[in-house]
Amino acid sequence: MNVKKENLIRSSLLVISVFILIYPFLFKAAFYQHIMIMVFMYGLLAVSWDLMGGYANMFSFGHSAFFGIGAYTSTVMLIHWGINPWIGMIVGGCLSGIVGVLISYPTSKLRGHYFAIATLAFLFVTKILLENWRFVGAAQGLSVPMVKESSLLYFQFHGSKIPYYYIMLGLLVLGVVLTKWVIRSRIGYYLRALRESPEVAQSLGINTAKYRLIAIALSAFLAAISGTFYAQYVLYIDPPSAISLHISVQVVLISVFGGTGTINGPLLGTAILIPLINLIGAWLGGAGRGIAFMVFGAVIVVMCLIQPDGLIKYFEGWKLSNRRENEAA
Amino acid sequence: MDATVIIQLFVSGLTVGLLYALVAIGLTLIWGVTDIINFAHGEFLVIAMYFGFFTYSLLGVSSILAMPVAVVFLGVLGWIVYRYVISRVLKSENILSQIVVTFGISVFLQSLFLFLFTGDYRSVDNDPWIKGDVQVGGIFSSTPEVITSILSLVVIFFINLFIKKTYTGKAIIATSLDRETAQLMGINTERMNSITFALGIACLGVGGVVLPITTHVSPYSGFLFAVLAFTIVALGGFGSVVGTILAGVIVGMIQTFGGFFVEPAYKYLCVFVLYLLVLMVRPKGIFGW
Repeated sequence: MNVKKENLIRSSLLVISVFILIYPFLFKAAFYQHIMIMVFMYGLLAVSWDLMGGYANMFSFGHSAFFGIGAYTSTVMLIHWGINPWIGMIVGGCLSGIVGVLISYPTSKLRGHYFAIATLAFLFVTKILLENWRFVGAAQGLSVPMVKESSLLYFQFHGSKIPYYYIMLGLLVLGVVLTKWVIRSRIGYYLRALRESPEVAQSLGINTAKYRLIAIALSAFLAAISGTFYAQYVLYIDPPSAISLHISVQVVLISVFGGTGTINGPLLGTAILIPLINLIGAWLGGAGRGIAFMVFGAVIVVMCLIQPDGLIKYFEGWKLSNRRENEAA
Repeated sequence: MDATVIIQLFVSGLTVGLLYALVAIGLTLIWGVTDIINFAHGEFLVIAMYFGFFTYSLLGVSSILAMPVAVVFLGVLGWIVYRYVISRVLKSENILSQIVVTFGISVFLQSLFLFLFTGDYRSVDNDPWIKGDVQVGGIFSSTPEVITSILSLVVIFFINLFIKKTYTGKAIIATSLDRETAQLMGINTERMNSITFALGIACLGVGGVVLPITTHVSPYSGFLFAVLAFTIVALGGFGSVVGTILAGVIVGMIQTFGGFFVEPAYKYLCVFVLYLLVLMVRPKGIFGW
């Protein structure tokens, strides 16, 4: 790669990161800030999905179950025991990781479509349980108790979305750094070996079951973090909003649109599709109900037809950009 | 515990199970031949349900009359979807895109229904032909349920006949067993794929049109059926027609017995949990190999 191109990439990435950092001050309308917050939230979900789907070849359609576990754990702990949501976030992440490990046992022998269907069943099991469990509000859902003053300690801010913006941005950056670190470590190489050929990986002495477990646990942990954020941001959760097939499918489609197994691809996909859906929805208003997602569905189908490897494929030569973009996004 | 209660549950389980088998049979055919799981299956079913509903509400006649139109429409739609989308994705090496493309279609169709028909729940509440109950020796069943079971048996019978007796049917089986050999034998496998896809989706038109009588139709009615159908296909062993029918009936039984003995709210939970348990022992389903 020549120096000129490298400089171009460097400078454009600098511009993007500065833009993201000062965005809330450029766009003061709550709606525009909300869009970016959603981009970060779905970004974290997509990255966590990519670790499982893109690297370990486990196509999960149950990711919103992990998301929901995160949202529910922190909220239940806050309501019943008055435990701070930040601690709830960590506990939720760990609980979600444990559930991920448990679910990996019955599904350990499944590949491709089989795994996808098993995760759909898992999603429904989680949803039905939460819908009928009184302690967690059953079908009525839970409202996060309000605190009077905005406070970082209680993870609640009134009147401004800016704190939420930076918190979610921070969580996303942490998640991406962590995932990238895992991918670059020995575990990442094992996972890729496993993806290319489980048989060969096993014959080389790689404990495939163990590394699948690690991928699921970490992925579930990150998805749950996103869920806790959602609960604190919206301040109300119920089974259909926290554990929906809709969120699961969106996360998968966005990741595939961007290009799986790259971490950057899913981020790119979220950065394009989430604003697109939100803007079309807002632009057309109630009359155009459904049009935003018609466009979304059509975009995905077209992408599968023209470039099954995702949008990121077009940026293949931009090696340097890959690294910097993450630190920025 | 009364014996009639058990028989009643058995009959309900059987009718529900046959309905599920009807939805799942197209799915399993498509999987067997093309190696694609049609995740938009539920949305195609919803199309049939809307056909049934609007035939009743706009024309004021029984929704079952929509069947021929729905079958033809879905068959043509299935053929188009195969020809212009699925066949192209099949050529790519990327298995994920094969899974995701039908999800894209599903999201598209669901949103299209939402746009065209709004999110309202509609049902056929007074069908001129199909109404009331059937009672045999103290065992009850509603007429629409009996009709769907009969339709389901008819479809299963004809699909079996088609596969076993006709040249095209045999060619389809050959393609699903070994694509390359089938090609060497002069079978146009691409054509078999499109026929199977069209047929698998057209099946939905048979039972789908009468579904709004017992349940309701909305843009989202498809997905519970679809998820149950995937479970059934996975339980039955992908691509096995007999396995699918048996698994459908088993799932119907678990749902009704589970709903009665455990808790009505947990009837689907019983199904999914059983499925996850079976996976531990038999990853390719009960009847899979």
